[in-house]
Amino acid sequence: MNYSLKQSLLAVSVILTAAFTYSCQSNPSEKTLPILGSREPVERVVNGETIVDTVYHQIPDFAFVDQDSQQVTQETVAGKIYVTDFFFTTCPSICPKMKSQMLRVYEKYKDNPNVVLLSHTIDPAHDTVAVLKDYAERMNVTSGKWHFLTGDRDKIYDMALQYFVGVQEDAQAEGGFAHSGDFMLIDQNRHIRGHYHGTEAADVDRLMQDMDILLKEVQHEKK
Amino acid sequence: MRKNRFVTGVLGLMALTTLTQCFTDKQNQGQKLYAQHCQSCHMEDGSGLRGLIPPIAKADYLQTHRDELACLIRHGADGPMVVNGIEYNKEMPGVHTLRPDEITNLLNYIQTNFGNKNERYTLTEVKGMLETCPVPYE
Ligand code: HEC
Repeated sequence: MNYSLKQSLLAVSVILTAAFTYSCQSNPSEKTLPILGSREPVERVVNGETIVDTVYHQIPDFAFVDQDSQQVTQETVAGKIYVTDFFFTTCPSICPKMKSQMLRVYEKYKDNPNVVLLSHTIDPAHDTVAVLKDYAERMNVTSGKWHFLTGDRDKIYDMALQYFVGVQEDAQAEGGFAHSGDFMLIDQNRHIRGHYHGTEAADVDRLMQDMDILLKEVQHEKK
Repeated sequence: MRKNRFVTGVLGLMALTTLTQCFTDKQNQGQKLYAQHCQSCHMEDGSGLRGLIPPIAKADYLQTHRDELACLIRHGADGPMVVNGIEYNKEMPGVHTLRPDEITNLLNYIQTNFGNKNERYTLTEVKGMLETCPVPYE
């Protein structure tokens, strides 16, 4: 791993830890998940009174293409929770492990309409729609549930930052790219609610527990 | 006399421990090489990745292509390959730096672990296989 990547990963973990400790203090009785990332107080005036709202880090709008050449945007995940990661199909190091763990998540939630999986390639020059289609078909996963996304390189790298996932082209790294094996859990309002090591089975167990908690929240909001 | 017997006993014990040490070292070398070069793709339990990376655990390929495995480890693989009835087609990189004795230990490790109970290889056998690899490397 090279220096700047390490630095950004460090920064990210500091932010996450801070956010985590902060939100842990509230509401200890019922288990809820923290909202990760920056928060800003925003003042607005209603009927002459100043109200302070907290604005949380939110994943911005996006548009990528999946293995079926379908556009995948914020509309695709509207009102749903999703798990996202960054990988590339020719990655020899951590990706096979990440994918075998993501398959566990897929198998558990494949029939749940409120869950979507988004895997972004960080090597869009190689990972075209056709390559991703072959990849997904061999794994025997349906595109409606698990989207493998490709698109403009810079837009993908910018999105990784939005998700706090470290990615970088790096000739020194195995396969030519350095990236972290994080799985991020995003809620129905596009807030980041959890961060897991996608290569560790125990942490992916924790992800699935958190997804169940979040799904209750979705049910609640939909009522 | 008694001292002599004692010395012989100690020597014998020492010889025995070195021998078993040697044996377990070889076993460990296979395991270490697997962890170092193969595990990231074929997984800790040899299960591979569904549809994309074939399993080592209970793979028929280990028996049906026994004689090609030394070259496969050194030079990698490409193109379609059928393992336990499922077609795979993805590149596997070779590990050019492995010596014949290391390849022997690695092969014996995968042939006798992950639920596999296949025939072991001798060093001479593996050397012979490596000499006739279809793709000359470098
Ligand atoms: C980058 C991922 C990767 C790594 C690392 C890797 N393999 Fe493979 N392996 C594959 C793929 C993919 C195939 C199928 C090749 C094909 O489709 O032509 C394969 C095929 C095989 C096969 C034949 C099919 C089977 O599973 O029985 C064996 C044996 C094997 N690999 C052993 C090893 C050993 C031993 C190592 C470590 C020296 C290793 N592999 C490292 C990806 C990998």
